[in-house]
Amino acid sequence: MFELFTSAFWSEYGRLLLEGCGDTLLMTLFSTLFAYLLGLPLGVLLVLTGDHGILRTQQTDPVLSRLVHLVNRILGWVINVGRSLPFIILMVCVMPLTKWLVGTKIGVLGAIPPLVISAAPFIARMVESSLSEVDSGTVEAAQSMGASVWQIVWKVYLPEAVPSLILGGSISIITILAYTAIAGAIGAGGLGDLAIRYGYQRREDSMMWVTVVFLLILVQCIQSLFSRLSVHLDKRLR
Amino acid sequence: MNHPIIQIQHLTKTFGSGETAVHALEDINLDIFPGEIYGIIGLSGAGKSTLVRCMNLLETPTSGTVLVDGQDMTRLSGRALRQARRNVTMIFQSFNLLMQRSCLKNVCFPMELCGIPSAQAKRRAMELLELVGLADKANAYPAQLSGGQKQRVAIARALATDPKVLLCDEATSALDPTTTASILSLLKQLNQTLGVTVVVITHQMQVIEEICSRVAILDGGSVAEQGVVQDIFSNPTTDAARRLVYPNGVRTDHIPSASRAVRISFNGGTVYQPLISSLAIDCGVKVSILAADTRSINGHAFGTMLLSLPEDANEAAKALNYIHSQHNITAEEVEYRV
Repeated sequence: MFELFTSAFWSEYGRLLLEGCGDTLLMTLFSTLFAYLLGLPLGVLLVLTGDHGILRTQQTDPVLSRLVHLVNRILGWVINVGRSLPFIILMVCVMPLTKWLVGTKIGVLGAIPPLVISAAPFIARMVESSLSEVDSGTVEAAQSMGASVWQIVWKVYLPEAVPSLILGGSISIITILAYTAIAGAIGAGGLGDLAIRYGYQRREDSMMWVTVVFLLILVQCIQSLFSRLSVHLDKRLR
Repeated sequence: MNHPIIQIQHLTKTFGSGETAVHALEDINLDIFPGEIYGIIGLSGAGKSTLVRCMNLLETPTSGTVLVDGQDMTRLSGRALRQARRNVTMIFQSFNLLMQRSCLKNVCFPMELCGIPSAQAKRRAMELLELVGLADKANAYPAQLSGGQKQRVAIARALATDPKVLLCDEATSALDPTTTASILSLLKQLNQTLGVTVVVITHQMQVIEEICSRVAILDGGSVAEQGVVQDIFSNPTTDAARRLVYPNGVRTDHIPSASRAVRISFNGGTVYQPLISSLAIDCGVKVSILAADTRSINGHAFGTMLLSLPEDANEAAKALNYIHSQHNITAEEVEYRV
């Protein structure tokens, strides 16, 4: 593995590694973005329809109240199913959908739909747990001032949970980053793909180590960036 | 006679149903008049918090009506209810400020909810922060404030929509005695200057003593007694009231043998009236205090005292006569076995 430090290694693989890094970042960023577009509203809905959610507690009509409860149960069930499927299996399962959505089953583009489908339920639970940390008294105070459900979501739940949502965000991104490596195993490209093709199939240990180090640096950067951001934005820590 | 600002009629609230049902409130009837400071006191679990939450419909009553300014809150829903809530705002034991917003933004919050332009809201918020004495903390965050300061911000926030009624749910229970006193005097001052009706929910007797004009005693989900604070204090007629007024009770069963004793109650005479010394000097009768529980409310003495009378029948009669002749003091001879 000492060839790592030779210029021959980098002139042969440098471009590949750089592209791999770029692909991994692209997959991670876009998948996270779309997964949040799905998962954030789902998480909010989970909290609102939960046992202590405002859609339950402020609903005086017993029929509607039961309906809200039912929505919560169905949502919870769908999310649990989504979370219990191993990613590699889910990826194969949704291939027809992937093809229909983005026109291909492979490459960076082909990896994004399964990544989103797999991460959205996870993100919904992360968001649910972040919003549950918001003091119920604060929500009650907003209600006592005549806030609507929409206003409570936008002006109380989300802003009050920002530090926690950001920390959850770092966990979600890193999880998705790990999934991209799995996606690499079935033709998605990126660092995971390089590690498997060169490191595993061709037994080129140096390639393996370089991808590991790259992934490690990525994870470290994401984690410290988000942790700092969370602390910086938390007005309770002044 | 002016109309009540809050009129509660036959209010009941039951949680759950069937055998597990909890009857939190049973047939509550209350009239609260504009401009008064009305106290609702009771021990934990008496239903105070549920009652106050029925006034702005954070809890939906099971039956009965809640009229606020003539409007039946129980018939409102959606937008109309949210609008009505701006008239009956609330402060809480745990302050419930938005922790990620500055004080100024917290006070702006209710105005933001009803669409008041931001510049106008900020101006009004500054006025309100000045009113509660915290103008210099406008840009501070709640986490940087003490408990008393947080409650002041919460009060400013509750006043932002110019409410007719301010509900205080155990607003001083988390504060130390000095801070409690300063928050109470602020509430009293706001009541006098703005004319806002204040409803105080508390389990602390001294809160009622200090600012309330009338009080309702809540016990086991129903109103045990209600009326003018001084009447209830001088002559609590129900067990629930007595428990609150004399939390430690004046018990006679521990007192060692004495042939005769008299229980006297102070019904709001001046605290400067030296009854026991007068008794000794004017009648030459020596009595001893077996038990006492007295307090002073706005300079008036309330409470009871148990005195042992001299063995000598003549002297005892003399003492009794003297006590009976005093204003604002009622006396009854009590008997107990040795």
